[in-house]
Amino acid sequence: MTPVRTRYELKLGAATREAFGKALVALGETNANVVVLDADLSKSTYTAEFGKKFPDRFFQCGIAEANMVAIGAGLATAGKIPFVSSFSAFVLNKGFEQLRVTAAFPRVNLKVVGTHSGISIGEDGPSQMSIEDISLACSLAGFVVLCPADEVAMTRLVQAAAAYDGPLFIRAGRAKAPVVYSPDQEFEIGRAIQVSDGSDVTLIATGLMLAESIRAADALEAENISARVVDIHTIKPIDRDIIARAAAETGAIVVAEEHLVDCGLGVRVAQAVAETHPAPIEFVGIQNTYAESGPPDALLDKYGLRAANIVDAAKRALKRKR
Amino acid sequence: MQKTSNPAELAAIARRMRREVIEMIAEAKSGHPGGSLSATEIVVTLFFDVLHHDPANPKWRDRDRFLLSKGHCCPILYAVMAEFEYCPKDQLHTLRKLGSIYQGHPDVRFLPALEASTGSLGEGLSLAIGMGLAARLNQSPSRTYVVLGDGEIQEGQIWEAAMFAAKYELDNVCAVLDYNGIQLDGFVKDIMDLEPIEDKWRAFGWHVIKADGHSIPSLQKAFLEAAAVKDKPSIVIAHTIKGKGVSFMENNPKFHGMAPTREEAALALQELQ
Repeated sequence: MTPVRTRYELKLGAATREAFGKALVALGETNANVVVLDADLSKSTYTAEFGKKFPDRFFQCGIAEANMVAIGAGLATAGKIPFVSSFSAFVLNKGFEQLRVTAAFPRVNLKVVGTHSGISIGEDGPSQMSIEDISLACSLAGFVVLCPADEVAMTRLVQAAAAYDGPLFIRAGRAKAPVVYSPDQEFEIGRAIQVSDGSDVTLIATGLMLAESIRAADALEAENISARVVDIHTIKPIDRDIIARAAAETGAIVVAEEHLVDCGLGVRVAQAVAETHPAPIEFVGIQNTYAESGPPDALLDKYGLRAANIVDAAKRALKRKR
Repeated sequence: MQKTSNPAELAAIARRMRREVIEMIAEAKSGHPGGSLSATEIVVTLFFDVLHHDPANPKWRDRDRFLLSKGHCCPILYAVMAEFEYCPKDQLHTLRKLGSIYQGHPDVRFLPALEASTGSLGEGLSLAIGMGLAARLNQSPSRTYVVLGDGEIQEGQIWEAAMFAAKYELDNVCAVLDYNGIQLDGFVKDIMDLEPIEDKWRAFGWHVIKADGHSIPSLQKAFLEAAAVKDKPSIVIAHTIKGKGVSFMENNPKFHGMAPTREEAALALQELQ
């Protein structure tokens, strides 16, 4: 697979939630079975666009996520392809039991999209910030869990999600996301993308942290440290091969995610590394706390989710390398 | 098994189904006899008379759908489905055993003819609504029937779903409340009273029909009325007796979730001759 646009200055693109909304409308044009449900956040999740275009296939559930999830499961059982959407913190936490019993366990073809993930939502603060959604979604047996890094990834992965038969979660962000990929980049569920090559250390990232990792790789290069960058856009099932190769070939790994480090991508990478080529791993993410209100950039600085933090972690990992 | 609208025939079938329920649960040595016995006429009337369904074509798109939201009462559903050869009658005695298609709560992975996996209370009405919406989008005449437990509607999700169905004027969804007045910890009125139940559903925008849940003509009349209602979902409040048909189980909270002993089962089967 030929990547990608790296070692360039990354330009801000659309937020992944906005790309999701657009991709849904495009899906609606070509697939009459696609239906969309929202819980009074359609202007924020961008499902409102679908609702305007296809009012008969859009269901406004009001502020009732548990009901929304199970209605979606009923629609899927009857052959529709429902996308249920809300803030990630709400659809996963308030709809979790319904996700477990009505979607995961009977394995229905339900698509769940949680926007406003991570702390980069900013001023609304921690009750709205979803920092444990990767953990929750991955704990639903049989679920596919996607976390696109930019508008290109989101567009392609929404298409892949609709084509995939089974329960699936997509994690989306509120903030405008740097564009990492060229528009013709291909995405396959379950196959991670090596964004750039390197030999000393591998920076493994998901979502917004991919751009930070690319910046970190640039900074490390200036110090003659060769860093590989890998985008885990599919957190479950995770691409064990690309992780094992990274561990074997670079011997040191940093995982970066806008999520609690206790239960997110990092632990899944660590499991894959432990089972294949044990190597030192450092973890960049949110450390056993809830964040606070503030401008998104200031929050990412304060909670250690920046390229500089990834650079430091890479150096720690290198020191531990045998 | 042929469908019938004859109340006497349906009553005879109900009696036979009650025997199956007792035998299955006694053999399993665990399960929930009380709620299966209170829902017997409801399930029998729906499958044998009301529902448009075709056992030879269980996934027929335009079939009517039946959901047992109070999934713990699956023995009565399994017994009735086996009558229609959706699943083998000669395995009913494997209920709750390892590897059985007759799981402790309905599980589509083991029994694909089921419409949904249920068992976590409060979810079935939302599932039924999803199926009702799909039928509307498909311009299908399919109707969806969902049996709710009375304790179950203490769940908040039921009322979220109730608002939704009324908002979307889902007249192809019909809920049936098995109002037997008993839940695991005791009497519903003591645990968390539901009254005034009819007013509540009416206030939520539903067409409310009161029925005697052990009278087949009363249930038939209720389902006819529900089918004629336009632009509103309907709920049949079926007044029932927990453990109905077995004297020592009737109105006895103990038999919500306890299997009869061999001796009790023999006694029950005698009463159900």
